[in-house]
Amino acid sequence: MNRLTFACLAALALAAGPAAAQDPNQARNLAATCANCHGTNGHAVPGAGMAAIAGQPKETIVQRLQEFRAGKREATVMHQIAKGYTDAQVELLAAWFAAQK
Amino acid sequence: MLNRRDFLKAAGGCAGIVTLGGCAGSVDSRSKAGGHVVVVGGGYGGATAAKYLRMWSKGSVEVTLVERNREFISCPISNLVVAGERTLADITVSYDGLKKWGVRVIHDDVVGIDADKRRIRLATHGELAYDRAVLSPGIAFLWDQVPALNNADAQTKILHAWKAGPQTVALRKQLAEMKDGGVYALTVPKAPYRCPPGPYERASVIAHYFKTHKPKSKVLILDANEDVVSKKGLFVKAWQELYKGIVEYRPNSELRDVDVANRTAILEFDKVRADVLNVVPPHRAGDLVAQSGAKLANNRWAEVDWLSMESINVKGIHVLGDSTLSAPLMPKSGFMANQHGKVAAAAILNLLAGEAPNPEPMMTNTCYSFVDAKNVIHVASVHRYDAEKRTMLVVPGASGVSAARNELEGTYAAGWAKNIWADMLT
Repeated sequence: MNRLTFACLAALALAAGPAAAQDPNQARNLAATCANCHGTNGHAVPGAGMAAIAGQPKETIVQRLQEFRAGKREATVMHQIAKGYTDAQVELLAAWFAAQK
Repeated sequence: MLNRRDFLKAAGGCAGIVTLGGCAGSVDSRSKAGGHVVVVGGGYGGATAAKYLRMWSKGSVEVTLVERNREFISCPISNLVVAGERTLADITVSYDGLKKWGVRVIHDDVVGIDADKRRIRLATHGELAYDRAVLSPGIAFLWDQVPALNNADAQTKILHAWKAGPQTVALRKQLAEMKDGGVYALTVPKAPYRCPPGPYERASVIAHYFKTHKPKSKVLILDANEDVVSKKGLFVKAWQELYKGIVEYRPNSELRDVDVANRTAILEFDKVRADVLNVVPPHRAGDLVAQSGAKLANNRWAEVDWLSMESINVKGIHVLGDSTLSAPLMPKSGFMANQHGKVAAAAILNLLAGEAPNPEPMMTNTCYSFVDAKNVIHVASVHRYDAEKRTMLVVPGASGVSAARNELEGTYAAGWAKNIWADMLT
């Protein structure tokens, strides 16, 4: 995915988001659904074999999730889990994890 | 007696520790909430709620966790202890990590809940006043449905091992002492019950133990359900390919009672004698939930508002985990309880700040099951709130199972355990 497509997707995601109803902490809340496997705030336990998402570039996270969703990236579980999140939610998640130190 | 003021005094010391721990970040409006939340039950649901309330409120909400046991012992992975592949120490985690978050941990039993006055009475630590209470007591067994087991002595002979701890170790001992050529029989209650794939995982890993150590022995699954409840195709394939002649599966075999002395399962039309008889009785929400006055569906499971996990009839009481009347296709799993804990924590912080709960909660679930010492199968699903039906529903397309049992997921299952224990307890 190039930068322009990415920007378009991001714009779409924003446009598609609910107008006023969204909880201001929704990115945090969504990220907590990943923490069971990937660690609190994306800080996976070192050496436990799970991908640490905290601090990964936003574009990388978006791309991975889109590839899982499209079946373009091999996975055991993530091709199923990734289908549960909308484009807008993927954007929120990716931005949130990217911002974690 | 411990009232709110005493608690705040006692908690003052903790606040300093949290600050030193590096949690003194910027304070947003949500972290000004304040208040005292009492969490009862430090399992997958309660421990998670306690930690996330402290973490997300940046220490501004006081949290007391009441937990009977001194240490957390995990049900997930406990079947590997039963099979001799892990020790109890491998699935035991300290509560000290929660103390570092400023959670006040009290090891005690709850003897009463007054939801009108918002007070919880403890056996030896007096009373706790709360603004909101989170009940995550797990399950209670319906012993009256297995009359001969309705006494403490019988329960030390015919084990359930469906709550991890001494029972897990005792079942391991029974299996280790069983002669080669013996029969291990496991009774499965009608769904819904805790951990849908759990009985079949247990049967599989015990079959693995027999195959490698006592090859003349048998595993007999006496299932009250009409078919394998979870991951059917993958379990049946494992039994056919790995444990032919070892595992026998009998559907529609509901347990009526047991003959304790003869280790015999009494079914409607049959009696089955075993060398090791393992009875998982039917269960319901932990007793605490009924004590709170929370409405139970079918006298068993708490009905909750999925936006907040609050009881539908008792204000200020939030119920998590296996105790809840599950949403459609939502398993009673530790993973799910952890997700309940986070939805409850987020909602409680909003409510304490005078705002509505998040209108769009999401939950995921992945249940890994071992079919031998290394190979694992999973079932996964993503659930989102449906405003019209007012429940959590699986997102269409976002669910599935493993293509086949595999060792890679065996490493992920072990990694999952390490991560979720850290997510809830450190």
